[in-house]
Amino acid sequence: MAILVNSETRVAIQGITGREGMTRAQLMKDYGTKVVAGITPGRGGQDVYGVPVFDSVAQAWEKEGPLDASVIFVPAASVKNAALEAIDVGVRLLVIVPDRVPIHDVLEIAARAGEKGVKFVGPNTLGLVSPGQAVLGMIGGRAERAREWFRPGSVGVSSRSGGMTSAMSYYLTQAGLGQSTIIHVGGDAIIGLSHPEVMELFEQDPETRLAVMFGEIGTTQEERVADLIEKGKFTKPLIAYVGGKAAKSGTRFSHAGAIVEGSRGSYETKVKRLKEVGVHVVEVISDIPKEAKQILG
Amino acid sequence: MARLFEYQSKRLLALGGIPIPDGAVASTPEEARDIAARIGKPVVLKIQVWLTGRAGLGGIQFASNPAEAEEKARQLLGMKIRNFVVDKVLVEQKLAIKAEYFVGLVLDDSLKRPLLVFSPAGGTGVEEMARLHPEKVARQAIDVVKGFPEYEARNMLIKAGIGGNLLLKIADLLTKLYQVARSNDARSAEVNPLVLTEDDAVYAADCHIVVDDYAVYRHPEMGIEVAREFDRPPTELEKIAYRIEEKDHRGTFYFFQMVEKVEAADKYIGFHGAGGGGSMMSMDAVLNRGFKLANYCDTSGNPPASKVYRAAKIILSQPGIMGYFASGSGVASQEQYHSARGLVKAFHEERLAIPAVIRLGGNFEEKAVEILKAYLKDIPGVVEGYGRDDSPEFCSRRLEELVAGNQALGHEVKPFSEVPVPENAYAFATLTGRISIDQQKCAACRTKGCIEACTYKVLKLEEGKPVLAIPVEEAKRGKCTECLACEIFCTFHEQDAIVIRLPIPGLKEYREKIIAGINIY
Repeated sequence: MAILVNSETRVAIQGITGREGMTRAQLMKDYGTKVVAGITPGRGGQDVYGVPVFDSVAQAWEKEGPLDASVIFVPAASVKNAALEAIDVGVRLLVIVPDRVPIHDVLEIAARAGEKGVKFVGPNTLGLVSPGQAVLGMIGGRAERAREWFRPGSVGVSSRSGGMTSAMSYYLTQAGLGQSTIIHVGGDAIIGLSHPEVMELFEQDPETRLAVMFGEIGTTQEERVADLIEKGKFTKPLIAYVGGKAAKSGTRFSHAGAIVEGSRGSYETKVKRLKEVGVHVVEVISDIPKEAKQILG
Repeated sequence: MARLFEYQSKRLLALGGIPIPDGAVASTPEEARDIAARIGKPVVLKIQVWLTGRAGLGGIQFASNPAEAEEKARQLLGMKIRNFVVDKVLVEQKLAIKAEYFVGLVLDDSLKRPLLVFSPAGGTGVEEMARLHPEKVARQAIDVVKGFPEYEARNMLIKAGIGGNLLLKIADLLTKLYQVARSNDARSAEVNPLVLTEDDAVYAADCHIVVDDYAVYRHPEMGIEVAREFDRPPTELEKIAYRIEEKDHRGTFYFFQMVEKVEAADKYIGFHGAGGGGSMMSMDAVLNRGFKLANYCDTSGNPPASKVYRAAKIILSQPGIMGYFASGSGVASQEQYHSARGLVKAFHEERLAIPAVIRLGGNFEEKAVEILKAYLKDIPGVVEGYGRDDSPEFCSRRLEELVAGNQALGHEVKPFSEVPVPENAYAFATLTGRISIDQQKCAACRTKGCIEACTYKVLKLEEGKPVLAIPVEEAKRGKCTECLACEIFCTFHEQDAIVIRLPIPGLKEYREKIIAGINIY
């Protein structure tokens, strides 16, 4: 099962002829992802590792058939355009890998995606992997590494840190616990799928029996996961780590921010809220596999 | 997040058609006098710093004539508040205030939309108002595709109890504020207070805009020096670090200082992380052992060895640190030996005398740890390397033990010196540095190991001497990745003929000041 992506998902890569796009096209294909088309305007007719390249998403759709997901590797300044193009043509899932995408561009992508019921991951994401089935983005780096580090199983992983996404999953694999889907939601302030939205997807996935979440200070994602649990919308066991205990709670500059968020966003509030609703909050990452084994029995 | 000063924010408001008080910014008392003379009415002088509560700090003064404005400006300019030294005051017409309101725009992460907030109580009481009477504070989420029509602004104001002529004036201001925020890529824009004067005019009396770091490139006119989140101006060392990051886009490099001065009695360490989440986790681990951080640093996204080297040199420009801790996520996709080589070069040049614990987990970590072990055994400080199966907790415990056993105590900053290079040495430029090879020494070399060490095949052998195997321009464009492997091999196994210079502009002068005991803050 897994969430968002499986071995049947038909995938396009926007920006496939660039340095990053090319390298990751190989990773995705080698891992078994069904990459059916690449898009780089002006490069139609070429091919990259056997993937045909088209000038536009519409053209790719017309020639290769429906596209379920698009992984975007274009420069940050062009991301908005690429994302809106894919949404417009009818792609249902976007993975926006680039870092440094202007936040107002992300707001516009979010608005358009919201209108059409399209989901997107990122920006600033390593992507996601459903072990044994498919990888979208660059998680794992190389196919053989991804196969070694991630194994199919019943733990859903969601992380705001790219490096920690791999690290937590690797430690779970070492402990003999496989993963249903591993997702790096991205490090920016405004992102497509955030922790609470990912938890809702894990809730619906029969294969996922337990979720693991790497949280961080800032934003309200972890608090919203707690809200979700409180409302009974997420009922599976959850192990969480919240990073940034040490960071000074910054001198808050914006009254509006304080009015909107209240005390949300701080380490203390996040941990308190998560504990209140029964989340297993660990102090150190290496406790996650132990805790997971206990829960899964 | 790049913060704008009040006077810069107000300039953007004025361009967007929002009324602001008549005024201008002054850098000298004389300028303040001239501005006051031009206004021809009583004025207010406001220090330009990124701090709230300026009035309570004495940073807001009134003057009834130009001479008084000059005198007040003289008091304010040069004033030191926390890390700020006041170098500008805003001189503005004093308003006859009838009422104050609050308007703020933020980007809401749960709604994924801009959210406009209006409160009928302005000034410093706004947060209390929101807590005690949330029903009086109006909020409106904005659809960026549809825009923010004036009727939506009016409806939110009506909810907050605003009516009559004022309703139209403030609604107009709100729609314009949204336009200003959107067109300037603002993360937040706040007008507090929004003032209604005795003659029923509306003015943005104060304003703070924070611009999205990632969009600063669209606004060169803003003149933002360091597009990073700071609650104070960047320190001199931070500026030195930022100039490196700005010029070298291979991987990322983030550096900021956590304290003004490292006190010897406290257990301060230099912190060098890799990747945001891994860095945070590692930071938590050392803090749990009672360490304090002199700085936070993050080199990630596959940085070349040269960037890691420069980061280490900058971290080691902080006197008094008791140890050096480097640790990332532990399971990095990038080859870890690049970081190892960068650290080897830096630690050697510094003759590091404090203990260092380096956790380099990920691809090729065994080789990385081996590099640290092989080449750092002869420096005064103990350096230990670890991989992905050693937790940050274990590593911070090791650092604690090493620090406890170290007699050298705090780190001593040394003058920034460069290894001399003979004038006739064979040399070529790389993307950010220069490699020179003293070929006379190469005669005694038996292994020619530099050629083998160069995995990118930038070097080749010609008449028994290493030379460039590619055109000079290609080496300069980045074909030579500055991996430092040739220099390290030559230094430790052969004739010490290769010198790689990686300049760090400003660091030499900075260290001179540190050594001379000049207060750099």
